[in-house]
Amino acid sequence: MPAQPEGEAPPRDGALPAGATADAAGRPLSLYVHVPYCRVRCGYCDFNTYTAEELGPGASRADYRPTLAREADLALRVLGAHGAPPRPAATVFFGGGTPTLLPAEVLAGVLGDLRARFGLAPDAEVTTEANPDTLTPEGLEVLAAAGFTRISMGMQSAVPHVLATLDRTHDPARIPQVVRWVKEAGMQVSVDLIYGTPGESLEDWRRSLEVACAVAPDHVSAYSLIVEPGTRLGAQVRRGQLPMPDEDDLADKYELADAAFRAAGLHWYEVSNWATGADTRCRHNLAYWADADWWGFGPGAHSHIGGVRFWNAKHPLAWTQRLAEGLSPAVGREVLDPQTREIERIMLAARVRRGLALDSLPPGAQDLVAGFGAAGLLEPDGPWFAPTLRGRLLADYMVRELTGLIA
Amino acid sequence: MPQVSDAMKDSIAVAATAPELIRNFCIIAHIDHGKSTLADRMLQITGVVEPRAMRAQYLDRMDIERERGITIKSQAVRMPWEVDGRAYALNMIDTPGHVDFTYEVSRSLAACEGTLLLVDAAQGIEAQTLANLYLALENDLTIIPVLNKIDLPAAQPEKYAEELAGLIGCEPEDCLRVSGKTGEGVEAVLDRIVAETPHPVGDADAPARAMIFDSVYDTYRGVVTYVRVVDGKLAPREKIEMLSTGATHELLEIGVSSPEPTPSKGLGVGEVGYLITGVKDVRQSRVGDTVTNAKKPATQALGGYRDPKPMVFSGLFPIDGSDYPALRDALDKLKLNDAALVYEPETSAALGFGFRCGFLGLLHLEIVRERLEREFGLDLISTAPSVVYQVTMEDRSEFEVTNPSEYPAGKIREVREPIVRTTVLTPSEYVGAVMELCQSKRGQMKGMDYLSEDRVELRYTMPLAEIVFDFFDQLKSKTKGYASLDYENDGEQAADLVKVDILLHGDPVDAFSAIVHRDKAYAYGVMMAGKLKDLIPRQQFEVPIQAAIGSRIIARETIRAMRKDVLSKCYGGDISRKRKLLEKQKEGKKRMKMVGSVEVPQEAFIAALSSDDAKADKKGDR
Repeated sequence: MPAQPEGEAPPRDGALPAGATADAAGRPLSLYVHVPYCRVRCGYCDFNTYTAEELGPGASRADYRPTLAREADLALRVLGAHGAPPRPAATVFFGGGTPTLLPAEVLAGVLGDLRARFGLAPDAEVTTEANPDTLTPEGLEVLAAAGFTRISMGMQSAVPHVLATLDRTHDPARIPQVVRWVKEAGMQVSVDLIYGTPGESLEDWRRSLEVACAVAPDHVSAYSLIVEPGTRLGAQVRRGQLPMPDEDDLADKYELADAAFRAAGLHWYEVSNWATGADTRCRHNLAYWADADWWGFGPGAHSHIGGVRFWNAKHPLAWTQRLAEGLSPAVGREVLDPQTREIERIMLAARVRRGLALDSLPPGAQDLVAGFGAAGLLEPDGPWFAPTLRGRLLADYMVRELTGLIA
Repeated sequence: MPQVSDAMKDSIAVAATAPELIRNFCIIAHIDHGKSTLADRMLQITGVVEPRAMRAQYLDRMDIERERGITIKSQAVRMPWEVDGRAYALNMIDTPGHVDFTYEVSRSLAACEGTLLLVDAAQGIEAQTLANLYLALENDLTIIPVLNKIDLPAAQPEKYAEELAGLIGCEPEDCLRVSGKTGEGVEAVLDRIVAETPHPVGDADAPARAMIFDSVYDTYRGVVTYVRVVDGKLAPREKIEMLSTGATHELLEIGVSSPEPTPSKGLGVGEVGYLITGVKDVRQSRVGDTVTNAKKPATQALGGYRDPKPMVFSGLFPIDGSDYPALRDALDKLKLNDAALVYEPETSAALGFGFRCGFLGLLHLEIVRERLEREFGLDLISTAPSVVYQVTMEDRSEFEVTNPSEYPAGKIREVREPIVRTTVLTPSEYVGAVMELCQSKRGQMKGMDYLSEDRVELRYTMPLAEIVFDFFDQLKSKTKGYASLDYENDGEQAADLVKVDILLHGDPVDAFSAIVHRDKAYAYGVMMAGKLKDLIPRQQFEVPIQAAIGSRIIARETIRAMRKDVLSKCYGGDISRKRKLLEKQKEGKKRMKMVGSVEVPQEAFIAALSSDDAKADKKGDR
């Protein structure tokens, strides 16, 4: 994970300003659980994850569940302050790291701990990311029984040399089988892909798309490889051992992906996400883009409650120790002013299918929106303006222009 | 050690020294050939500077000069020296060592009767030194050849003594051999100055006439004017008159440098010293002008006065537009100490508000720019240097063009451009390469001489514009740095010149327009378009870059449209980071200049304009 953003120091008990929970009752609550473990560290990955079993006193993998339960207690306390009513979780998402490095029983247990404190909405969406290597039919049964409804599988590519560059160890031939197990366990399946890996040809990418579509997933996410400073891949690119991904190549591959997914009945609903229908979209991620409330548990996890963003200590040991001392694990936060929230709202809305409502945009946006329309970046969809295929690829440009109107 | 004893000092008291006891000399040397070190040694040996007060290169005052090891402004130091039981007053007039200041050099030479021709015994004479030597010969100065740095292992005094002897018509043994570093041979140089340099001659009873050979602004004292008295006498508190303008000033202080300013009872025939009148601008006290007594003025000015004439023009623009007033104030201050600097406000569509500035030459431009940046903390963009063109239209109307963006539209009958007499000294192995280069720069060969077996002097006339463009850098690169260059103005010539515009998405970018020879227009267009293609980031639409003469496109490049400008992942923790990135990008956008609908980063202008010439060699002789 890249360095945490700069922010102010939050209160030691994690208390939120009264305004953050004042009208919380009307907003859904989502929970994110960060599992900071991996078997190996992939060369491209800059997430907050660790390969060692033991990370210091009280911070072994076995300590993870009880520590997380402690954070859940704290969250319940903080959210319930100022008299806010309890809210059941609308969605829960286990990310990492590799959550499935923990035994399925532990994941089920963590979910149980959260359910015991917050409750789960009747139709709650509960997802875990999974490495195809770590899934077994038995484990999947355990997860399904515990209430998991979705598996988001890190397939990345179907091409061995691409997987090798990414340091991924799984056998691509296993994908169809694992997807079948997930479906048999009665859960939705999402497949994650990465394009633009150095050395990946258009043909390689087409092959990965074919394999991904052939397993008929409910959902796909496709991300262009980002060369992050501080990663092994970043160093290789810096030293000239690997080429920097080319923006035109990335655009070609994005367009290729969108066409392949569409042909397979998967329709985009966010820049990097496609689903077979409204009921297979990832509601947890939609919550991020709709500016909903969420609490992030675990080392380095970010939370957003009513315009306050805060984030936990990155290292599992620091996170553990703070909670052991009865303190909030949050080490930084930002209280967003209305203008900043507005900038974020536009920034996020420009990425999703529904797009932007003209009357919700700052004064002067009309001309810009008309210009984007003329340039083929936006198209009207009722009172909304949704990004076109070209517009999706230039979403940040539109955001810069639109938010430039705000002070 | 023939330092002058106290008893004998009366005979050479300031304002009371017989001209027969005065020797005025300067030192002609190439940069790095050790002039300042030798001068330092003389100050020490004659006892005017205590060894512990010695500061390396005592005479070079400004930081930039010290750093670059070059002398921009000259000064004069009076040193006592005894030969055969008689005390003499030696005035050493330091000369600026650069082509842009040829006129100042000529005035320094005119204040002397003799000069040391100082040459590095390991390198031999350079073009600049040769040019100044010719200038000294024209002024009938006595030349004393001196080989310096004989302590260096690489020194070849025999070889270069031959070369010098051939140049000035003496015997190789007449060349003195010294080491400014160790002091070896320096006393002999002082003795030789006394023995060979003619003493000044003037009419002590005539109305006062003194020539200004330098004029320096000092924050505390105002303008300090350095003069050489030719006739009569100047005394404190009298009223003086500048003959070129008729302006009169009160003489607040008069004195000599030895080397600190020391007030005196005046200055007599042949003496060299300084005047302070309280004026605040060196323009009121111009190099080459004649100072006389206002009550009993001379009628005839001393010859050789010339108004400084800017030869090279460039636009200076603050990178931060809000620095414009600071730039104006800084130029106003620099002007006080620089009679040759001229400027007027200029507005560029691409670069905003700035000043069109005129300079004596490229080094002058670089020095001014560097002083503005260093002493005044300004960040500047300077446009490509331009010379002065005389444009005659079909209807016989005439324009003087110093800025390509002011090049007149319409039917042009003739364009005239300044040309220079150019001297190149090069090792003989590079003669072919140098001739080829000069020819490609529209040079016309005027002559060629072998100074020695392996060194050649080539003489060309060449358009100043070619020199200003990139000639010096190319000369250095084609001769592995061994060639040296000098040039001086030689009038003007008609030439087939055209203005090339650079268009971005159809809009001309004024800062990139250039006036070039028709044969070079295509090359310029291709070079500039190619450069901009690499410097300007992709936009959301395709941007053609075109080079055009009038409405005719001569070169084209295309910046392809940006296709992807979106971050792939935007989940929980990404949101804050992405927003902060967005804020940073918006800050960056503020530093963009809009050319029509194209966003051009400031850096692209800087990189495109700081073409290969200006930066590469700031310190060399051009």
